[in-house]
Amino acid sequence: MKQPFERIVQVHGGTVLRVCRVILGVHDAEDAWSETFLAAMRAYPELPDDANAEAWLVTIAHHKAIDVVRARKRQPAPVGEIPEAPTALGLPGEGDHDLWQAVAALPEKQRQAVAYHYVAGLAYSEIARLLGGSSDAARRAAADGVKNLRKNYLSASREGAPS
Amino acid sequence: MNISPDYFASPSDAGTLSRLRDKLELAAEAEGLLDVAYVTIDSPVGTLLLAATPKGLVRVAYDVEDHDRVLETLTQQISPRVLRAPKRLNAAARELDEYFERKRRVFDLPLDLSLSTGFRQLVQRHLPEIGYGQTRTYQQVAELVGNPKAVRAVGSACATNPLPVVVPCHRVLKADGTPGGYIGGRAAKTALLRLEASA
Repeated sequence: MKQPFERIVQVHGGTVLRVCRVILGVHDAEDAWSETFLAAMRAYPELPDDANAEAWLVTIAHHKAIDVVRARKRQPAPVGEIPEAPTALGLPGEGDHDLWQAVAALPEKQRQAVAYHYVAGLAYSEIARLLGGSSDAARRAAADGVKNLRKNYLSASREGAPS
Repeated sequence: MNISPDYFASPSDAGTLSRLRDKLELAAEAEGLLDVAYVTIDSPVGTLLLAATPKGLVRVAYDVEDHDRVLETLTQQISPRVLRAPKRLNAAARELDEYFERKRRVFDLPLDLSLSTGFRQLVQRHLPEIGYGQTRTYQQVAELVGNPKAVRAVGSACATNPLPVVVPCHRVLKADGTPGGYIGGRAAKTALLRLEASA
């Protein structure tokens, strides 16, 4: 049975925000979230009752993120840049700027694979459908992404305050 | 380092999400996607859920009806594009507050009666003719709508009124003067009758 759309926003809003943040960085994540949920609300009546709503939202977010990246490439701001200073609105991972630097430094495919597998919990076969290529390639991209993240993030935080 | 979804969470997520949700509400309304807006308000007869389509107020629901279930019914019967969106319900919430403060006797709100059909809707259209503080019997209402034999059907029209309080089915009593059944429970019916009697 279909849920009221409000419920979809409540249950999946947080995951979609984190996915957008990993893919796009803090700066553009909110626009992508807004675009995703507006498009989802438009299409929601046609979504089959037994569909996996979260996978469906992540698919929409994936396409909206591509749009955002394209629009950004037409602007002078460098790709993957993260604002240097926290704004009054509150940046995620306050005090964890290094994590977002490390995420932004990942190659796009790895960043997407990490977001869709580790944040959204999609199966590698579903990620392969989004990114093209095989399930194995999606699995490798996610594993490489985590490996690079670990390497870059840990080395950066070691230079800072040791944990 | 274990990568889990929480790893990319932030203490400010709740605030960010609530801000994004408000933006979604405005955008959905602007794009004509907000098929059903709802809000809940406190009242002397418990928490009330108010829901409106672009046409008007479509549902007032008591706590005892189970608001989650009411929203699911709206999802099935009207549209799944349902959002908590207080703005569209501002006028209805204000008029209900005034009613419960005994500052309002008549509701002046656009209504969407599409949740009921046929004879039930006909009865519900006539119920506002019973003035504030007055009561009628089911028999009298049957006569009012020109179908004096349809006493039982009037009873079910009142019992299924999707807009209690605003469409005053609480003003319809049994022939012996006892309150009879009510969608919000007998105590709520008695409370409304008492509120109107003491004004």
